[in-house]
Amino acid sequence: MKQSISQIKRSLSEKKIGVAELYSEYASKAKSNPNNSYNLVLEDEINKSLINQSQDRYSSGEPLALDGIPMGIKDLFCTKGIRTTASSKILSNFTPQYESFVTQQLLNNGSIFIGKNNCDEFAMGSSNETSHFGPVINPWRSKSSPEDNLVPGGSSGGSAAAVAEGSCVASMGTDTGGSIRQPASLCGIVGLKPTFGSCSRWGVVAFASSLDQAGPLTTCVEDAGHILNAINKHDFNDTTSSNHKRDDYVVGMHDKIHEKIKIGIPSDYLDGVNQDILNQIENTKKVLSNHEIEFVDVKFKTTEYALSTYYIIAPAEASSNLARYDGIRFGIREDGESLDDIYLNSRTQGFGDEVTRRILIGTYVLSAGYYDAYYRQAQKVRRLIKDDFQRIFKDVDFILTPTTPNEAFKIGDKLDPISMYKNDIYTVPTSLAGLPGISIPSGLSSNGLPLGVQLIGNYFEEKKLLQLAALTEKELAFNE
Amino acid sequence: MVIGLEVHAQLKTTSKLFSASPNQFGSEPNENVNFIDSGMPGMLPVLNFGCIEKAIKTGFALNFTINKYSVFERKNYFYPDLPQGYQISQFEFPILTEGFINIDTKESQKKIRIERAHLEQDAGKSIHDIDPKYSFIDLNRVGTPLLEIVSYPDLSSADEVVSYMSSLRQILMYIDVCDGNMQEGSLRADVNLSVRKPGEELGTRCEIKNLNSFKFIRQAIEYEFQRQIEVLESGGVIEQNTMLFDTTSGETRAMRSKEFSHDYRYFPDPDLLPVKITQEQIDEIKPTLEELPNQKLDRYINDFKIEKNISKIIISEKDNTKVFEKMISMSDVSPKIIASWLVGDIFAYVKENNYDVLDLLDKVQLITDLLKLVSDDVISNKAGKEILPKVLSGEGNPNDLVKEMGLEQVSDTSELEKIIDDALEGEGENIAKFQAGSDRVLGYFVGKCLKASKGKGNPKLINKILQEKLQK
Repeated sequence: MKQSISQIKRSLSEKKIGVAELYSEYASKAKSNPNNSYNLVLEDEINKSLINQSQDRYSSGEPLALDGIPMGIKDLFCTKGIRTTASSKILSNFTPQYESFVTQQLLNNGSIFIGKNNCDEFAMGSSNETSHFGPVINPWRSKSSPEDNLVPGGSSGGSAAAVAEGSCVASMGTDTGGSIRQPASLCGIVGLKPTFGSCSRWGVVAFASSLDQAGPLTTCVEDAGHILNAINKHDFNDTTSSNHKRDDYVVGMHDKIHEKIKIGIPSDYLDGVNQDILNQIENTKKVLSNHEIEFVDVKFKTTEYALSTYYIIAPAEASSNLARYDGIRFGIREDGESLDDIYLNSRTQGFGDEVTRRILIGTYVLSAGYYDAYYRQAQKVRRLIKDDFQRIFKDVDFILTPTTPNEAFKIGDKLDPISMYKNDIYTVPTSLAGLPGISIPSGLSSNGLPLGVQLIGNYFEEKKLLQLAALTEKELAFNE
Repeated sequence: MVIGLEVHAQLKTTSKLFSASPNQFGSEPNENVNFIDSGMPGMLPVLNFGCIEKAIKTGFALNFTINKYSVFERKNYFYPDLPQGYQISQFEFPILTEGFINIDTKESQKKIRIERAHLEQDAGKSIHDIDPKYSFIDLNRVGTPLLEIVSYPDLSSADEVVSYMSSLRQILMYIDVCDGNMQEGSLRADVNLSVRKPGEELGTRCEIKNLNSFKFIRQAIEYEFQRQIEVLESGGVIEQNTMLFDTTSGETRAMRSKEFSHDYRYFPDPDLLPVKITQEQIDEIKPTLEELPNQKLDRYINDFKIEKNISKIIISEKDNTKVFEKMISMSDVSPKIIASWLVGDIFAYVKENNYDVLDLLDKVQLITDLLKLVSDDVISNKAGKEILPKVLSGEGNPNDLVKEMGLEQVSDTSELEKIIDDALEGEGENIAKFQAGSDRVLGYFVGKCLKASKGKGNPKLINKILQEKLQK
C-alpha cells in the first residue's frame, strides 16, 4: 500500500529516510513518465535548496505540515519560473512570473513539487484526451483486454494517474464539473472538490470562473485533509474567495462519529445505471450499516437539467476567459496579413478541437438574441439546482452518489462529445451548486477496474464530510 | 437637432479600478502595468472601493439615484490594447440612474436629464504612427477607472452641449472626482446627434466618438448637423453610424456602420460579486462631499456681497476658488476688493505670463499685504497696480517695494493742504464755476493736485480738503 503523508512524515522524522532520498524515489518514477502524466518534470537543481531546507527542519525537529512531501501540480496552476501550459499549444511557451495562491500555500507548508501534471486542454475534457501533449494513460488495466490503454478520466487525468502510479504523494487538481472527482474515481484514488470559494482561484488558468475550484487528489482521505488545511485560506485577491472560519480538517478525523447521520441516496441518479455502479452504492450502504447511519431515498427535481445548464454556463464563461489568448502579449503567435488574421491564425492553431467547440458554444449562448434563451435561462436553472440541494439538505446530512456512470474506457473510445459530457452527470450538479464533494474508491468493477462513490456535503462542511469520508474509506477498505 | 452625450470621466484615484497599479498620466509606456492589467493567465480583478466612493459623490452632485445593487459585466471584444479580451463595465445594473443638472443657456437655465452613470475600465492605447510596419501598445491606461455619464437627448445646440459639458466638468472637478484635464483625455465625450423638423419624430442618430475639447465638440456638432441636413435635403437617408471627427479637416467620417457593429456579449463578470452598498456607506460619504459650484456661487453673492459676474468668473475654475478663499482667510481686506483685484489685474498677469493659477497660492500673503496697503489708503489704487507685477514676479514684499518706488501715499493733511493751495492759485475763474454749481471742475482740481503730488496724494483726502476749501 502507498504511504500516506503522516506515514512519510514519520519516516522522515525518524530518519528512516531523508528528504532528498524520498524526493528522488518519486522523481525518478515521474521522469520515466510511463503514463504521460507529466507535461514537465522539474530539474533536480530547481528543488535542491528546498529539499535541503526541508531536511534542516526535520533535523531540528520542526517540520511543516507538508514538509518534504513530493507533489504533482496540475499544469493549470501558474508556477513562478516554471512553464505553465494548461496543456494547450497556445500556452506551450508560457512561463509565469508569479506563483498561484494555492501552490504558494503548498510551498509555504514545505511541499516539494515533482512536476506539472498533464490535463485536458484548459481543463476541458473528461478523459484527458484533449491535451496538446497527448493523452494520459490510466495505470490500471482491465481484466478483459489488459493490452488496451485506458483513459484516466479528466480533466485532472495527469494528476490522478500520477498519484495512482506512485510518482507523487498527492497532486493538486482543479474541478469545474467533476475534473477532480471523476479521474480520482477512474484511477482508484481520493479526489476532493471543496466548496466554491474555499481555495483561491488566483493564479489558476481560468476555465469557468463561477465553477473552478482547486482541490487535492490523494491516496487517502486523511491526505486530502492535510492538503486542504494548507490551501483552504481566504485570499483578498480573489473576490469570490470566502472568508468563513476555517477548521483543522485532520484533527479528529478518525474519531468515532457520535451524532446520528442521515445520508440521502438520489434514486433518480441510479435509474438505468449498470450493475457495477449499483454495486458500489449497495456495498457502501452495507459497510456503513454497522454505524449509526441511516440511508434514505431522496429525489432531485432538477437532475435532468444539470448537464445542459452546465454546458451553457461553463462554455459561456470560458469563451470570455480564453479571449486573452490572442497571441499578442504571450503564448504562441501565428503570423497573418492583418490583425484579424493574427487572431484567427493564432487561435485556430493554438486551440484544440474541444476548446474551440466550447468557445463557439459559449460565444453563441451569449450572443444578442440568444442570451435570454440560453445564458439567462441557465442562470435561473442553476439557482433552482442550488435550491433543490438545499431542499434535500433539510432532510439529510450528506448525499451519496456514484462518482461516474462507468469505469475507465479505452483511449479513443468516446469520440462523440455528448457521450463524453455524460461522464460528468453525477459531479456537475454539485459543481453548479458550489457544494463540496469527495470521491472515495469503493471497489472494482467486474472488469477489475476501480470505481468510486461520491459523498456530498453542505457548504463549508468539509470537516464533517471528510470525517464521514474517512470512515467510509476505512470500512470499504479499498486499499487493503 | 437632438443631442445626447456620453461623457467619460477618468476618476481621480491613486490606483486603477481593479488593480493596484498607479492611475497616473504621463509615465513611461507600460510602466503602470501589473499582471492583472496585462491580462496574464489566472489573474483576477479586485474592486477598488475608492472608485465606488467617487461614484457615490457624483451621485449626490448630479442628483442621481444611487443604486445599492450594481453589477460589473464583461463587454467582450478583441483589440490589442484590451489585454483581457473584454472590458469590465456596468450594463444592466449601473451604480447611478436618473440624475440631472441645470445648465445656463442664453436666455435662462435648462434642466438636462441624465439617464445613467456607470463605472468601467478604460482600454490601453494603440499607437499606429511611429512605425510603418508595426503598431505599438501602451497599457498604462488599461484598467483606469472611468465613469461614463449618459445624458438623455435633451440637448439641442452646440452651445447647450458646451454648457452642459463645462458644467459637468466643473462639478466633477469641484467634488474631486475627475481632474477635468481634457487634453490628457481625463474627460471626453461621445456625441449622439440626429436631426428632425420641429414636432416630428426623432431621426436616425450618428455617434461621434472621443471628442476631447470644447472646440472639437462644437466643430464636430456643427459639421455633423450640416452633413445630416444636406443628406436629408438631397433626398437621402441617415445611416446609423459611428463617426470619427478629424481634427485637422474639421470633418466627421463614418468609422463603422451598424451592420458591422460589435455584439459585445455582455454577461455578469463571474470573477466579481455584485456591488452591494449599504445606506451607512452612502451616509458616510455624504458629509465628505465638497461644496458644489452653484453653492459656492450663492455664498459668494450672498455672504461676500460679490457681484454675480465676478463670482462666476471665480467659480468657473476650482483652482480660482482655492486662491480666492485662501486670500480671504488670510486677510481682513473686504472680499469684494479681493475679488475685483483677483479677476482683474491678478488674472491678467497670470494669463500674460502663462502662470498656473495655483502658483498664486504661495504668494497669497504678499498679495493680500499689498491689497491691505491699498484698502488702508497707504498707497493709491494706481500705485497698487504698479507694484503688483513686481510682487507677483517675486521682486520683494509690498512694504519694501512701496518705499523703494516712493509710492507711499501722502495722507498728511498739512502737506496736502499746501499742494491744494498751490493748485488753487490763479484759478479764480474755475473756483467761481464750481461755486456756481459745476461739479466737473472738482475733477479737474483733483487731477491737478494728484499731478502736483506726483500721484502720491491720497485722492480721497484731496477730494475732501478741496471741497472744504472751495466751499469757503
